[in-house]
Amino acid sequence: MVTRVSSRTPRPGRRLRTLLASGAAALALTAGAVVPGNPLAPVPSEARADDGKTTLTVAVAQSVDSLSPFLAQRLLSTSIHRLMYDYLTNYDAKDSRAIPGLATAWEPSEDKLTWTYTIRSDSKWSDGQQATAEDAAWTFNKMMTDEGAATSNGSFVGNFEEVTAPSKDKLVIRLKEPQATMAALDVPIVPKHVWEKVDDFSKFNNDKDFPIVGNGPFILTDYKVDSYVKLKANKDFWRGAPKFDELVFRYYKDQDAAVAALRKGEVSFVAGSPSLTPAQSASLENAPDIKVNDAPGRRFFALAVNPGARTKDGQKFGDGHPALLDQKVRHALFRSVDRKTIIDKVFQGHAVEGEGYIPPRFADYFWKPSAEQKLSYDPAAAAALLDEAGYRKNSAGKRVGEDGRPLDFRILCHATDPNDKAIGKYLQEWWGDLGIGLKVDCLDNVSDPWYAGEYDLAFDGWSVNPDPDFVLSIHTCAALPAKAKESAATDNFICDQQYDELYKKQLAEYDPAKRAELVRQLESRLYDTGYMNVMAYPNAVEAYRTDHIESITTMPSDGGNIYGQDGYWSWWSAVPAAGASSSASSDSGGSSTGVLVGVGIAVVVLVGGGLLFAMRRRSTAEDRE
Amino acid sequence: MSSESTPALVKGAAGVESTASGGPAPAGPPARSPRSRTTAAYLRYAAGKLAGAAVSLFAVLVTSFFLFRLIPGDPVKQMTGGRQVSTEQIAAMRREFGLDLPLWQQFTQYCGKALTGDFGTSYQFRAPVMDKITEALPATLLLTGTAFVIYTLLGIWLGSRSAWRNGAAGDRANTAFALTLYSVPSFWLGLLLIITLSVGIGPIPGLFPTGGMESGSTTGFDRVLDIAHHMVLPVITLVAVEYARTLLVMRSSLLDEMGSDYLTTARAKGLRDDLVRRKHAVPNAMLPTVTLLFVNLGTTVAGAILVETVFSWPGLGGLFYQALSVPDLPLVQALFFVFASAVILMNTLADVIYPLLDPRVGR
Repeated sequence: MVTRVSSRTPRPGRRLRTLLASGAAALALTAGAVVPGNPLAPVPSEARADDGKTTLTVAVAQSVDSLSPFLAQRLLSTSIHRLMYDYLTNYDAKDSRAIPGLATAWEPSEDKLTWTYTIRSDSKWSDGQQATAEDAAWTFNKMMTDEGAATSNGSFVGNFEEVTAPSKDKLVIRLKEPQATMAALDVPIVPKHVWEKVDDFSKFNNDKDFPIVGNGPFILTDYKVDSYVKLKANKDFWRGAPKFDELVFRYYKDQDAAVAALRKGEVSFVAGSPSLTPAQSASLENAPDIKVNDAPGRRFFALAVNPGARTKDGQKFGDGHPALLDQKVRHALFRSVDRKTIIDKVFQGHAVEGEGYIPPRFADYFWKPSAEQKLSYDPAAAAALLDEAGYRKNSAGKRVGEDGRPLDFRILCHATDPNDKAIGKYLQEWWGDLGIGLKVDCLDNVSDPWYAGEYDLAFDGWSVNPDPDFVLSIHTCAALPAKAKESAATDNFICDQQYDELYKKQLAEYDPAKRAELVRQLESRLYDTGYMNVMAYPNAVEAYRTDHIESITTMPSDGGNIYGQDGYWSWWSAVPAAGASSSASSDSGGSSTGVLVGVGIAVVVLVGGGLLFAMRRRSTAEDRE
Repeated sequence: MSSESTPALVKGAAGVESTASGGPAPAGPPARSPRSRTTAAYLRYAAGKLAGAAVSLFAVLVTSFFLFRLIPGDPVKQMTGGRQVSTEQIAAMRREFGLDLPLWQQFTQYCGKALTGDFGTSYQFRAPVMDKITEALPATLLLTGTAFVIYTLLGIWLGSRSAWRNGAAGDRANTAFALTLYSVPSFWLGLLLIITLSVGIGPIPGLFPTGGMESGSTTGFDRVLDIAHHMVLPVITLVAVEYARTLLVMRSSLLDEMGSDYLTTARAKGLRDDLVRRKHAVPNAMLPTVTLLFVNLGTTVAGAILVETVFSWPGLGGLFYQALSVPDLPLVQALFFVFASAVILMNTLADVIYPLLDPRVGR
């Protein structure tokens, strides 16, 4: 008997079958949900593994560009090199002054042109050979003679005439011009006997043969592109072995995922790039076993004014607003920026109000304007300055110059930086009240209009080194481009004779106190010109697990930051927490997880197979009907 | 099957059959058997498709060079940004990357090398571009390939069941659920899964790693399981967002078939409803789905930029994102070429095998 069954009429029990099958599909999708062990187990820890080895895992957002110290440009890579190789000098964690590294002492000659370094005798490469002055001389000479080897740190040897190693413990560097930054040569010294075998320095990435021979506090043992970098403690390090056995930098492209990993205990530390957002830090503040470190940063956040772009030989280009060539207009803009509001509302308290060019953590060089000099927030004074400069309000409330051109400015803003956008809105309001128009140009990449000089104002910011020479040098006339619109070392086309003279003097001054005084005078001059309005020093906001890390050195040691220090203090000094769980982490306990994953898969296969069998049986029965 | 839809075949001057571009077929005795005639037509059709693919690939090669030159930004400045670099070093890097050459010279060099499979050296990683791509490709194929298999099977299965019971509560719920997931941003869904299933929230314990492809501390079979463990959340995210598309195509093409006479005939023969669906309706309804599957397979190579980013998966999607942010021109160009090629090749493959599934096509 043939019976036609409507396609819309399900058979009895089919609904149940569909439900079961859907359940199986859902189960297959979430196969791993039955996987990794006892869900009631305590939060896993990365700090201590099954074998008792302690591991410190740091979440990083940047990928490694190169593990060759001659090529690496990124902060992560250069920070790893600090751990792998010793430098001639280091910076004291307390106050950032230069202290011995591979060199135990250094002194200049009478004529200021020859520096002699004494190289320590207790530093060994990880393959057992002694690190000597010859390694250092070879490293510098390579950078001076091979363009490929100068890619990363070539600027440090630009003023070198000759580098020699008359003995194992003596390194002599002869300069073309006096240079006060000779105790701040941030160049990793590599083992000559390993690196002299390299053919092409512009292509060798130092990432194939592990462990990589080094003499720093950690030895690099493994690296997987965009996954992790592993280092083990160098037990023979001359300053003393690190307390953690292993240091792992784990790559998290998404910052929120990195914060989640910290909460879970997969990582011990998370920094942010460059900082955790106020929302992220707020969410971690009350989390158990987590400490948020909200420390004074090494960056400044400024408003840069286009002073009229030009080349080294004075050729003008770009289209900066001519009104900004008037110091009074620049000062008026300065005086109508309420820095306090920016700190409170935009940075939500995670920043310090800006004053001089160098952040206060570098106490020797920190400068702030005197009461008379200070361009404090005062809209009425700003309006008076604009009147004085000849930019009076017209009937429509707009400031117009004698040439009839209104004060309508453009500001370059980084589309990816929410701070730029937020401050742009405040500026529009404050300057709008004064009769000044402002167009906020938020771009993914601001460098093109910037180097073409096609802007009026721009949001600017730099990280400052313990030696401030570099951030000062980018405002000298020598840093201007050779050709119009060509990229150059200049930050903002500033070229001021008075500034340049002070810059030269500080670079040739070997007395630290006198040099610091000259640097402060430089900052004072920069402030007076009104080309750089430092609005804030953003804090470094980072967090770590206190059940992994018992203690860790900050820089400055009194309330400073942890990630991206000038030195290796944080990771070298970190002490594992005594109470760190000895259970393997879900992310590192391969074997136990493996067994459980296997069990999970077996369960899914069994359930799926059972369902399939039941369905087949049922359809066979139906066929028989 | 109607013969009217079959393009007429004519005998060419050299005795080779060719497809008429239109109009009625001229009269004349067939030179070969119908089978060989069909084969020749198919080969001609396939050759046409392959030639089209070759032209497209060349167009992609040219486009990839000029398109990314439009991205604003100086790669050298971007790479050295914030670092202590002298003007001489910047000039040396420009020279090294060939950025100091005129555009036409850069273009001829690029084309010449690309034809030999050499896409140059990555600016930021200082490594051959193809090395970087082959390094990241397995991770992408593993992730998106696994997701592809699951969402395809799930989509076809649920889509066919949904259409078969069109309008029923199950169908409505199924479609609504799929559409909801389809419109959820994958980035957001991924983060939600991390917060719930990875970190754990309330009674839900943390079960999966928050990111990455492996922990790096395992070997052998343990490593396989470790990678599987890391794959669960990104695969769920991709499947949840993607299966709706297959479901909807499958559902609508099956609905088109459902009124057909041959199904009535099949039922009249006394076949079970389930058999009618599986053996008669679904195979005929599969054709549009097959096209979609090949397109999906092509995009599988491009990875899933957002999902790879949120789960820090070391694949091509993440690499493309990094390359664009510099911009690392050689890497961007090569990736664009690889992605576009994969889609072109898969489409061509679909075109080529389609006549084998449906003899009406390609004649």
